Amino acid sequence: MRRTAVLLALLLLAVGTVAAQGVDPPERPESAVEEETGGEERPSGPEEVVIAPAHLTNTVRVAALDRVFDLQATDHPNDAGGSVSLAWDFDIKDEVPDSLAVIRRGPSGVEERIATLGGISTRYTDTTVSDGDSYSYWIESLRPDGTPAAVSDEADASSSAQWIHSGRVAMLIILAALSLIIIYYIETAKRGKKLYIREIAGLAAVDDAVGRATEMGKPVLYIPGIMDMDDIQTIASMVILGRVAIKTAEYGSALMVPTARSVVMSVAQEVVKESYLQAGRPDAFNREDIQYLTDDQFGYAAGVDGIMVREKPAAIFMLGTFYAESLILAETGRSVGAIQIAGTAMPSQIPFFVAACDYTLIGEELFAASAYLSREPKLLGSLKGQDAGKLFFIILILLGVIAATIGQFWAPLSSVADFLRSLVAVS
Amino acid sequence: MRIVIPLAITFVAGMIMVLNFFVPHEPFKLLGDNLQEWYMIVASAAIFLGAMNLLHVHFRKIRLKLKNWKYSPVTIIGFLMMLVTGIIYGVVEGMPFDYLFQSAVVPMGATMFSLLAFFVASAAFRAFRASNWRATLLLTSAFIVMLGQVPIGAMIWDKIPLAKVWLMSVPNTAGQRAVMIGAAMGVVATSLRMIFGIERSYLGGTD
Repeated sequence: MRRTAVLLALLLLAVGTVAAQGVDPPERPESAVEEETGGEERPSGPEEVVIAPAHLTNTVRVAALDRVFDLQATDHPNDAGGSVSLAWDFDIKDEVPDSLAVIRRGPSGVEERIATLGGISTRYTDTTVSDGDSYSYWIESLRPDGTPAAVSDEADASSSAQWIHSGRVAMLIILAALSLIIIYYIETAKRGKKLYIREIAGLAAVDDAVGRATEMGKPVLYIPGIMDMDDIQTIASMVILGRVAIKTAEYGSALMVPTARSVVMSVAQEVVKESYLQAGRPDAFNREDIQYLTDDQFGYAAGVDGIMVREKPAAIFMLGTFYAESLILAETGRSVGAIQIAGTAMPSQIPFFVAACDYTLIGEELFAASAYLSREPKLLGSLKGQDAGKLFFIILILLGVIAATIGQFWAPLSSVADFLRSLVAVS
Repeated sequence: MRIVIPLAITFVAGMIMVLNFFVPHEPFKLLGDNLQEWYMIVASAAIFLGAMNLLHVHFRKIRLKLKNWKYSPVTIIGFLMMLVTGIIYGVVEGMPFDYLFQSAVVPMGATMFSLLAFFVASAAFRAFRASNWRATLLLTSAFIVMLGQVPIGAMIWDKIPLAKVWLMSVPNTAGQRAVMIGAAMGVVATSLRMIFGIERSYLGGTD
């Protein structure tokens, strides 16, 4: 029942995704581009952010006769130091300066122009300062010939490094709490307490899939996705590959692992080799079975499809990060009659796997696979902790929904909703 | 020692990246940036491993006349052709490498992508069978979404596009976010397992 409901939601998602892919992103008007670039080349180096005031979008540029005011200079927040943020506004009446010069006076007293910006710039970050030194800044609005027309007041600031990212404190606390919960359950499992883990059909079928391949005398094909080893899903896939390789070693089935990344190939070779060693079958390990095809997404899909059609594997595992090639692979695998177990945390690809594969690991199940297959108490404990963390977020979401809904009519609860939102917002 | 050293490296590298996210101060920023640069360097160097593996596998197939070996010369010739033209003429526009890329690689990639349309149709045909009430609900929802996406939907009934928007933005988004929250929890748990050495199957053992 639950699975069907998820299937329903995800297939709707798939239809929507396919539909959305046909929609081109809206083109930006030329005026917007010009407003951002200021219509001129900028000096490279320090970061510059430009936000055009709404009332300026249709004005004609005229000579710089306007005064920059309310200049604010502050230490750039949440960085390793060495930068000062400037923000200002204009005193304008349908007129825009031609350009702006950012002038800085350093601790030695030397004045220097550190940047020339477009006439509608309202922010600038100076990344060339030394921590602890005081700097004075002012902005000059310039005429087309580059001569100053008006000067802002001065603003002083000094930079410093921060030890904690202020926008991520709540997340740090939540992460620490989750880690403690997970560690608690791991310790509980180590003490011998039996933990209930719900059955995951796709993982329970791993033995059957490998056994089927063995009986049919056909290989097992393991596809670890198309991303590199810096992707957590690929890492999870490598962990599962180790478990699957132990089974293929024990059963005496051939295991083929085509990869789209060289690093993944190297890691997969070592993982499979170690698994065959652990299973006591180092002689059965064949390094050529874990091969690199290509980094190209559809070239890889074509290569794997070719392997499927030629080798006709009896079992196919597709576990990792997949994009548009997911359905191409899954449908080809289905056409050769293989039992297919897929798993990914990519929401847009899950419906394709659900439609084309025998079993699908949805999102978190991919990350639970290693613990589930090993049945090691420590790993199962972490799985239980993961579920407890999920319960925490479910409660948080329910509270947020209730607070936001009632907050529409009763202001105090609206602030509760804002607080809950700020807890999970990450800058 | 064979297990301890990789576990120690995993712990140190993992903790550096975690601290790099929460602590902007040096030395964590520098260490985090350096680790990411190191990965890029390792990944770049590993390209040669991939190329060597590809050539080794296919030359071996040809030498031993293994099953389907006749495809291997095509792979090797294609690989060497792109490699040689790239080295000799560079990868700039109008040069032989660019010509081969634009005339062969891009159309072949587009061809593979085009297959997706047919596979979507065949998968949808299986998934949208009204075999029970739940499948019928699925079929109805998909039908509304598809109709709402095209002008004829609004011509039939002007509320169909609104129904499509509701289906996509409420139940669909809820399902999508549920998957993402669950996956995020899985990422945290997997990362902790690996950083603290609880998960060590990738090292070939549990001891």
